[in-house]
Amino acid sequence: MLKYLLKRVFWMIPLLIGISLISFFIMHLAPGDITTSEASFNPKASEESRQKLRELYSLDKPVIVQYGLWVKRMATLDFGTSFASHQRPVFWQTKDKDGNISLGMIQEALPITLLINVLSLVLIIGVALPLGIISALKQNQLADRGITLFVFIGFAIPGFWLALMLMYWMGVQHAWLPISGLESMGHENMPWLSRTIDTLKHLVLPVFISGLTGLAGISLFVRNGMLEVLHQDYITTARSKGLNENRVIYGHALRNALLPLITIFGLSIPGLIGGSVIAESIFAIPGMGKLFYDAVLMRDFPVIMGILTIGAVLTLIGNLLADIAYAWADPRVRRGVMQ
Amino acid sequence: MLSKPHQYGLKKLALIALIAILIPACGDSSSSNQANNRMDYTKSYPAKNGGTLIEAMTGEPSGLIAMIAGESAASAIAGNIFNSLLKYDKNLDLTGELAQSWDISNDQKTITFHLKPNLKWADNQPLTSDDVLFTWQKVTDEKTRTPYGSDFKLVTKAETPDANTFRVTYAAPYAPALDTWAGLHILPKHLLKDQDINTTAFARHPVGSSYYQLDRWKNGQYLKLTRNVNATQGQAKIDNLLSRIIPDKAAQFLELSADNIDSMSLNPIQYARIFPARPDLNKNIALYRELGNSYTYLGFNLKRKPFDDIRVRQAINYAINKQEIIDGVLLGLGEPVASPYKPGTRWSNPALRPYPYDPNKAKALLKEAGYEDHNGDGIVDKDGKPFSFEILTNQNKEREMTAVLIQRRLKDVGINANIRVLEWASFLGRFIKPKEFDVVVLGWSLSLDPDQYSIWHSSQQAPGQFNFISYSNPRVDKLLEAGRLELDPEKRMKIYHQFSTILLEDSPVVFLSAGYGLSAIHKRVRGISNPAPPAGIGYNTYEWNIPSAYARNEMSEH
Repeated sequence: MLKYLLKRVFWMIPLLIGISLISFFIMHLAPGDITTSEASFNPKASEESRQKLRELYSLDKPVIVQYGLWVKRMATLDFGTSFASHQRPVFWQTKDKDGNISLGMIQEALPITLLINVLSLVLIIGVALPLGIISALKQNQLADRGITLFVFIGFAIPGFWLALMLMYWMGVQHAWLPISGLESMGHENMPWLSRTIDTLKHLVLPVFISGLTGLAGISLFVRNGMLEVLHQDYITTARSKGLNENRVIYGHALRNALLPLITIFGLSIPGLIGGSVIAESIFAIPGMGKLFYDAVLMRDFPVIMGILTIGAVLTLIGNLLADIAYAWADPRVRRGVMQ
Repeated sequence: MLSKPHQYGLKKLALIALIAILIPACGDSSSSNQANNRMDYTKSYPAKNGGTLIEAMTGEPSGLIAMIAGESAASAIAGNIFNSLLKYDKNLDLTGELAQSWDISNDQKTITFHLKPNLKWADNQPLTSDDVLFTWQKVTDEKTRTPYGSDFKLVTKAETPDANTFRVTYAAPYAPALDTWAGLHILPKHLLKDQDINTTAFARHPVGSSYYQLDRWKNGQYLKLTRNVNATQGQAKIDNLLSRIIPDKAAQFLELSADNIDSMSLNPIQYARIFPARPDLNKNIALYRELGNSYTYLGFNLKRKPFDDIRVRQAINYAINKQEIIDGVLLGLGEPVASPYKPGTRWSNPALRPYPYDPNKAKALLKEAGYEDHNGDGIVDKDGKPFSFEILTNQNKEREMTAVLIQRRLKDVGINANIRVLEWASFLGRFIKPKEFDVVVLGWSLSLDPDQYSIWHSSQQAPGQFNFISYSNPRVDKLLEAGRLELDPEKRMKIYHQFSTILLEDSPVVFLSAGYGLSAIHKRVRGISNPAPPAGIGYNTYEWNIPSAYARNEMSEH
């Protein structure tokens, strides 16, 4: 098992280099760089000054040389500084000689996105599991059809539209929930309990909106997995030996039906750090989606590469974790791995 | 399992039910529970100090040193914190800000600025000509990552005869110089002299000299400015300015209707369609409009046939209905322009009128240029080739719609135009720089200084320079050169009036429209000039005030 793990971890290194190489070149295939943004198309900014900027950022060098410089920095885990945001560090905070700390861009955006995505994942699981089980047990009955309809509407409804409607209804008309942003004015001066409640209130709508679309996939997955398992011989056996129905369903069927979900959750780990641009823009949340989108628009190469690299590492770790969890949960896989 | 046909009926039914639940929930505004709606905002109060103005902005500044940040969000906030030597007054004439007065030498090469006495930075240190000299050194420094250095590099000698005097000498008279000094925020030497200006923490912890200073900057959320007691221009009436970053216009609008923000800029649909339909909003919110800062044009690639023929350019100019574009794209919220200057200001020639919409004249001119419909297919042709070209523009809704309206009008006179919309960077890199285009729909700013050398002078055609349409007219070249050498406003005005007359006649671009800047501001904010002067409503924000009866309860702020 340990040998297998080490081998897997070792193979991640060439994979990472490959991923970063491809991302770097694709990024540079897109026309333009930081000096060609629409805002810089300004007669007051001369072409010579822009050429000077390109030299300062090493953008005048061949792409392969730029990649070399990037790898050299990454070798010391230095993600560099942003071109666009006044040289802010891309990943983690730095301290200058006067003791001023400047926070990293990913450092600030990641916890927000992570919090929203984890909460919405909890919401999805909490709702999708029971819905999927009920659907499977009441297959083709009214409850099943109703649930399927509901999750499909949730999947199909345009998120931005529903978000705006809910913001209008719960924020403008009734003032039940804040409309946008992450905290109210005067948040710093509140006691910690009010502060937490304030933050949670701001998170209700974004979490609900981002959870709604994921509901359909997972609940149908659970439903179909359950249906398949319920038709297995060992379920018939369990029933015929007189086990009560709850044991049959939760003890035998559900455990097996949940196995494929492990893969899905493993794959959704990198998704946890990716925010939705549309939802983040509408709710004015400074998360990863907006950060990445703005960086692409500005051709802010260090930020783009920083996010892609972290995403790649997390994807690889997610795959690894999913495999390990699978081996842990399913003896058949475990035995295969050991051999 | 969903493929059975009868289930679609069920789904539809449920969808209708869902919509039925949502619609009354959204249309019912009587349940609004805001005290705000009961407030009478028509009473008048004496202007007193206090209050917080909350405004929404779509983008976050990258830093508050404007020469490095460059984007409009940065200039907007930094403008409240820093001063320049000069500024534009409400009629867009230059006046002193940090400078009390300025003299121009007889040979027009030397400008001497006399600073106001006893200027102070927000941290109580004196602001002197040394700071001005330091700022000039920084903006012209090779290591400074600014795109705006070239104007200041024309200064051959900068000196500070005493603490209140700053003198610059140019190799040749340079009339746009005063405008450039109105755009350069003066930075404090005592805080920046040992810092690398490109990376300094000062950009996020600025100390300035204007009405406000930065109190708190919450990344991605808001910037809070608070009154600077040492402000060089006197005291502003409003205590705090809070700028919330809300990227989405619709979300901004909801925050405004819920009274969580006081001010936002509107798009034409919000201004002309939504507000008139919502009397409940109009009770609390006032709308303002001002001259915009840019105009849209259709530009010809003059290196390509047949656009080198003035008759063809004029024909297209006559064929385009500018009012239709203003009505259709801007919902009437714009003005036609006939020159690249703000209508109503000194530099705009009042005698000029845009080409009227006249398809018959357009056809006659095309015929004169040899274009007629010989084969009866509805498209004019010359030497057997139909007149067909591509209109190129970037991803910008208003420009795309403008291009569609133009396409249709051109078809009326027998010209076949196709539209191609591109993302900005490829638009610039693949088409504009190598001049691989027929016709573009783009915008330029309506500059405050009349100098437009970099856009129209024939020497500015190299790749990456701004005369990418390759306009070349010796008379215009001469006028542009003369305009740069003449510092006397009256004489300069004559030069540029003549320049715009030739430009309109030559029609290297078709001037289409200049949209208004539109904003909505809560009626609790007083002291706003309406109608807006040429400089727009923002010229006197220091006089804006919020009567204490109308101020937000600080605890209930969202």
